[in-house]
Amino acid sequence: MTHEIVLTVNGQTERATVPASMTLLELLREPLHLTGTKEGCGIGECGACTVLLDGAAVTACLVLAVEADGCDVQTIEGEANDGQLSTLQQAFIDAGAAQCGFCTPGMILSARALLDRSPNPTDEEIVEAIAGNLCRCTGYEAIIAAVRRAADRIGGEGSDG
Amino acid sequence: MAELRYVGKPVARDDAIDKVTGAARYTHDLAVPGMLHAVMVTSPHASARIVRIDTSDAEALPGVRAVLTGDGLSYRVGLYMVDKRILARGVVRYHGEPVVGIAADTIDIARAACRLVKVDYEPLEPVLDPRDALKEESPLVHPDLETYEHAKGVFFPEPKTNIAHHQRVRKGDFDTAFASADVTLTAKFYNPPVQHVPMETHATIVQTLPGDRAEIWSSSQSPYTVRHLLSVCFGLPHANIRVHVPYVGGGFGGKAGLHLEPLAYVLSKASGGRPIKIVATREEEFNTLPSRQGLHSTVEIGTDKSGRIVALKATYVWDAGAYADYGVNVGRAAAYSGGGPYVIPNCWIDSYVVYTNKIFGTAYRGFGHLEVLWGIERAIDMMARKLDMDPVEFRRLNLLREGETTITGEAFTAGHGSPVECLDAAAKAIEWGTPSEPASKPYKVRGKGIAMLHKAPAMPTYTSCAVVIKLDEDGAADVLVSGVDYGQGTYTVLKQIAAEELRIPIEKAHVTWECDTAFSPYDWQTVASRFAYMGGNAIIEAAADCLRQIRDVAGQAFDVPPDKIVCEDGVAFVDGDPDRRIPYAKLALGYTFENGNSIGGPIIGHGRFIATGLTHLDPETGQGLPAQYWTYGAHAVEVEVDTQTGEIEVLDIATVVDAGKVLNPKLCDGQVVGGVVQGLGSALWEEFRFDESGRFLNPAFVDYKIPTAKDIPRNTQRILLENPQPGGPYGARGVAEHPMISVPGAIGNALHDALGIEFTTLPLNYERILLRILEQGDRG
Ligand code: FES
Ligand code: FES
Repeated sequence: MTHEIVLTVNGQTERATVPASMTLLELLREPLHLTGTKEGCGIGECGACTVLLDGAAVTACLVLAVEADGCDVQTIEGEANDGQLSTLQQAFIDAGAAQCGFCTPGMILSARALLDRSPNPTDEEIVEAIAGNLCRCTGYEAIIAAVRRAADRIGGEGSDG
Repeated sequence: MAELRYVGKPVARDDAIDKVTGAARYTHDLAVPGMLHAVMVTSPHASARIVRIDTSDAEALPGVRAVLTGDGLSYRVGLYMVDKRILARGVVRYHGEPVVGIAADTIDIARAACRLVKVDYEPLEPVLDPRDALKEESPLVHPDLETYEHAKGVFFPEPKTNIAHHQRVRKGDFDTAFASADVTLTAKFYNPPVQHVPMETHATIVQTLPGDRAEIWSSSQSPYTVRHLLSVCFGLPHANIRVHVPYVGGGFGGKAGLHLEPLAYVLSKASGGRPIKIVATREEEFNTLPSRQGLHSTVEIGTDKSGRIVALKATYVWDAGAYADYGVNVGRAAAYSGGGPYVIPNCWIDSYVVYTNKIFGTAYRGFGHLEVLWGIERAIDMMARKLDMDPVEFRRLNLLREGETTITGEAFTAGHGSPVECLDAAAKAIEWGTPSEPASKPYKVRGKGIAMLHKAPAMPTYTSCAVVIKLDEDGAADVLVSGVDYGQGTYTVLKQIAAEELRIPIEKAHVTWECDTAFSPYDWQTVASRFAYMGGNAIIEAAADCLRQIRDVAGQAFDVPPDKIVCEDGVAFVDGDPDRRIPYAKLALGYTFENGNSIGGPIIGHGRFIATGLTHLDPETGQGLPAQYWTYGAHAVEVEVDTQTGEIEVLDIATVVDAGKVLNPKLCDGQVVGGVVQGLGSALWEEFRFDESGRFLNPAFVDYKIPTAKDIPRNTQRILLENPQPGGPYGARGVAEHPMISVPGAIGNALHDALGIEFTTLPLNYERILLRILEQGDRG
């Protein structure tokens, strides 16, 4: 059985005909070719597939595509604005927070959800926000530092851009 | 030396922009027109005879393009020991072993077809404990071991046993020295098998092409090794196989060698040349693809009254699992460094790589070393207590130093760096000798511990690599290599070296991502923390080659000898007459005089490096030179333990590595912090669990916990010493594996300090700690 859905992805309206069993992750990576969102486990245990669904961080492998009908989705491809890196992306670069980079899109979106709801997070809040995102390379310290740095910069500038 | 402009500076990684924008393409993300998706039916048994496989229903499913079993596949594959089948034939040897491969139009069809395959097995008695596997009455995992090809003169399988390799080290006279030692200790230790857990699981796409050719994209650490092993396996000329390696989402050793590529190759052949993509599921990453092998160690140490080690014997029994194609090399490396970084006049080591019916082992970051040093560094602490000596003093007394020799007879020189300085820096970092602050709660206790580490790259004596540098029209440099940067940051370091040596601004140096055996020059494998060392040296040579060509053409242009040309900032000028200058951009493709005459031509430099002076180890005594260089270091930790729950927290951990020269402090820092946290995983949580029939019980993140952001130490110190390495680029040594090696040993030693309990088995999880605390309470 298939369903017609309409959703907004990174500001673009997308229409798709999807099987009931298709996940949002599959929809993004295959028909929509947004391969920046990664699959690390496919069963909700690693956070590599994190995207924003109506502003909240979700693991896209656990969301059915039909559930995203009518929703607003942001993936890593929507984080930069017109080729201009966001403060958060720049902070990941400056802090050396990406090594192999496979966890990075999910990490950035978990951090994005945090900063959107709590622009001045404590270190505990940062850790909490990314605790569901596994990274095997960095030991997390640089990632936490990157989010801290982004929060400080955004705080200093009053906006992210 | 002139002041360095780029080397040693915290240059940001080259690839970061692709990674933060989602633009980085991994094999997971690739698709080739006409591509089919393949999946595997894997064995539910640890050991069984395959009675019958019925694939007829699967074959009949619309959309299925190829179904293969091991029956039609007579090939064997392997790196050092050619002992693996592409798909099981006749028997299965571990739970998770691929038995049937199916390619279909979509992954869903392929999965549905898998469910239609019927395999009848006759379960056999599995061999689960490698110590039992050594007994004469044990079933044999490989009854035909004597027929297997292997690296001759390096590995010594013992036919009609389960021993894939036995590495010996014999120095002096252990028996006599141990018998006359004043103080002796015997202790046993255990490391369980664990997984690398790259966040990108193994993935490959293979398309076979007309004329016996194949094109491959793979999440691999070793494009040339993939090419070579496939060429040997399928009898194809090397040039017929082209391997691309795009971005790789972590490797840690698990993506060295050959993995899913041969299966994708035969499925492509069977489906008429369609490209085949196989992506391991997370479960398969745990129980089908290889892991770090388990280890049972027995360590015996004898000292004189003053605390000098007079004899050390170690017996290492490796749980190689069902195949030992790479595991044999782990057993070898573990032997030649198996006494720790100490002076041991009388040494006896046996390292047995033993087949069992479990998931098989391979290289994992610092392979062999984390495992043996868990035992050695715990035993050293125990011995110090027997001697009533401070463990740091005991180590200092016995550490390798100039004028001494290693257990394989290598002279220790100042060029090796300084283990003693590493020890002292580690001790200082945690204020060794000063008791811990009181714990935060009355039922919590604190303790400190130290452990040494060492490792040399474990590689063939002929390991080599090459680099090509091409100059662009704008005077920039493209560096081609086929070592893989799967996150370590090596390409950024190579770029720094290229800019430094070519005398160009760093923005003008580029290392080409996505290596391709059709264009990138040879590199053996990206393993063993050797790429910056070997690739770095090759780049220095390639840059010198470019400069020679630049000076030659510029000299002709100004009618001066080439040695009168100075190169600086991307410009060649006449020494003492800097107004007579030509930018590299005007030389890169050849120089044109005002009248139109041209000289030179495109500038392409080439550099290479080969391991020098290494020897095979004597089969009886292990004597010889196994190491291009050694890297020494130490870990020091302070822990707090909750005596009511067994919960352990790392308050502080210091990592000291004698790096020789830090080529990029920022990237080096990333390797240290990441390595420490991976080491914590091995120390505190990670282990494979099997039931009594050999079934793998925890192939998922909920049951196999790796460190999360909540599990990191409260404080992480990194201390990098710079005692230069002769022959290393700028004096550098490899450092990427070392930061995880002795994390378990240091924590085990700190636990003793905190609790007075000797732990000998990893991981040091809360349950194990609490049970021992309770036992101790019972004993009063
Ligand atoms: S892929 Fe979705 S959580 Fe792992
Ligand atoms: S950077 Fe490799 S998994 Fe996080």
